Amino acid sequence: MSAPLGVLAAFRHIDAAAHAIRSLKEMGYRDFTVYTPAPNHEISDAVGHRVSPVRLWTLIGGLTGCASGFAMTLWMSYDYPIVVGGKPLGSIPPYVVIAFELTILLGALSTIAGLIFHAWRTRRRAAYDPRFTDDHIGIFVPCAAERRSAVRQLLQGAGAVEVRVES
Amino acid sequence: MATLAHPESPATSRPAPTYGEITRDIVATLGNPGRTWYVVFGVVLAVLGWGAFALLYQIRFGLGVAGYAPPVQWGVYITTFVFWVGIAHCGTLVSAILYLFRSAWRTAVYRTAEVMTVFAVLTAGLFPLIHVGRIWYAYWLIPYPNQRQIWVNFKSPLLWDVFAVTTYLIVSTVFLIVGMVPDVAAARDRVSGWRKKLYQFAAVGWRGTDQEWRHYLRAYLYLAALATPLVLSVHSVVSWDFAMSIVPGWHTTIFAPYFVAGAIYSGLAMVITLLVPLRKAFKLERYIHEDHFENLGKLVLLTGMIIGYAYVVEYFTAWYSGNPYERSAFYNRAFGDFWWATWTMIICNAFLPIFLWFRKVRRSIPAMFVLSLFINLGMWFERFVIIVVSLSFEYEPYAHGHYTPSWVDWSILAGSFGWFFMWFLLFAKNFPMVSIAEVKEIIPMPRKERAHA
Repeated sequence: MSAPLGVLAAFRHIDAAAHAIRSLKEMGYRDFTVYTPAPNHEISDAVGHRVSPVRLWTLIGGLTGCASGFAMTLWMSYDYPIVVGGKPLGSIPPYVVIAFELTILLGALSTIAGLIFHAWRTRRRAAYDPRFTDDHIGIFVPCAAERRSAVRQLLQGAGAVEVRVES
Repeated sequence: MATLAHPESPATSRPAPTYGEITRDIVATLGNPGRTWYVVFGVVLAVLGWGAFALLYQIRFGLGVAGYAPPVQWGVYITTFVFWVGIAHCGTLVSAILYLFRSAWRTAVYRTAEVMTVFAVLTAGLFPLIHVGRIWYAYWLIPYPNQRQIWVNFKSPLLWDVFAVTTYLIVSTVFLIVGMVPDVAAARDRVSGWRKKLYQFAAVGWRGTDQEWRHYLRAYLYLAALATPLVLSVHSVVSWDFAMSIVPGWHTTIFAPYFVAGAIYSGLAMVITLLVPLRKAFKLERYIHEDHFENLGKLVLLTGMIIGYAYVVEYFTAWYSGNPYERSAFYNRAFGDFWWATWTMIICNAFLPIFLWFRKVRRSIPAMFVLSLFINLGMWFERFVIIVVSLSFEYEPYAHGHYTPSWVDWSILAGSFGWFFMWFLLFAKNFPMVSIAEVKEIIPMPRKERAHA
């Protein structure tokens, strides 16, 4: 993935990075990318995303699993009827176990699918530096050549330890 | 999750490691193993090879070479199956339940526990196949219509077990893999050579962007929320394999909570057994220290007390029921042929953890290690007592029997440890055994202005 043109800044201080993010948003930038080595509330509050829609995938997957667990066991019981232990052909209590396990299984797998899907959908082309998985916070702002110096000044003023123009 | 909560030990004045040190120290555990690793790995492979030979021998000559003697048709294999499934439970406790409780100390130990979980389920999963004897018919467990168009029996707890254990294996594996992605990415950015290629593949392009973290944290939270009831259900289902029958000593309603507590208990012991050599070998004393062992010790104490209580209740219920078969089954447990197994279990599981009431013991790593070995032993014998002793002493005095495991049983039991440790050792040298991102998460990043910190 070749990086688009823009400015890449590295921060060591969490409050400096959060300040830079807020200033960028005030200036109207929305398509910047923030890298953090670990999840951080201060940064995510500054970026201010809405709650991830992954939870909807969990719900739908879980309900699907529950329904398919009951559907499979009941259908199979009536498809070839055999009375076991004098119990009704379709006995709900024992089938709860199967439905429960499938709720968890499909819920978990669809959560993973949702995670992959949304992470892929919201992926932006952006410059990267290996320090961002170590101990630096990175901000990449894609911008046109004439805006570069303003962005650069903003990031440096906020306290970036290094600002690099990607061209 | 941002608070580093060790309220009980304010005396420790360890300076928190910086982000850079965390990455460096944990990535340093990867890479070419030393001679000790190869020696240990060789021993493990030899044990596994011996177990594999015993299994092949059993496949060639049939289940008769195992020690089964009517009426005891469930022996060491089912005991070991329950033992390994139990071991597996602690991983999800530490990774999912403590995550939901926001315990900061779990971050340093949860990866080890999760890895242990996955490989323990992998080991446990072999035993039903070994136990059925004709291993090539194992696919009969899967719900598909057979030649006569009959479906599997969903009213059987054995089939619930298939679903529960399979679900547990899949969910704990994806939970482990998802948890590892940011750490593998951190390792990817530090190493070179073929490992870099491996981590590039395994990190699936992770860069730690704001969007990635946003979806990741939500997904992780919901995975933890799903894994929590799962872990409680899996060992309950395993316990119903027994409790659904009418064998004296099995047919009790206490079994599900009793098994779950026992599973977590044995799993915690195994985590301690694994962590002690691991932190030494990987020089992780700074990340896994007395505080962690103390917290694990408290959990061991809690679950151990539940187990002790369950033992008492079992005997009380047998007596109070007035049922002569229940009474004689429990009398036989304590004073019959297998009295030594029962007393091993009671001493190791109910009496030894009493030492954990002392803070000195909880904070002494050698003491915790020795205790954990005894608890592992005791928990194996607990399953042996429940399974073998109950089966050998059912209703008809005419049908009472005895069971002596054969060399095949013991070899396959030993081989299962070889199999487990083979995977564990391979994993430990190739993937980070301590979460890089999560250890960082509980340590605040440096700030410019200290005023509002």
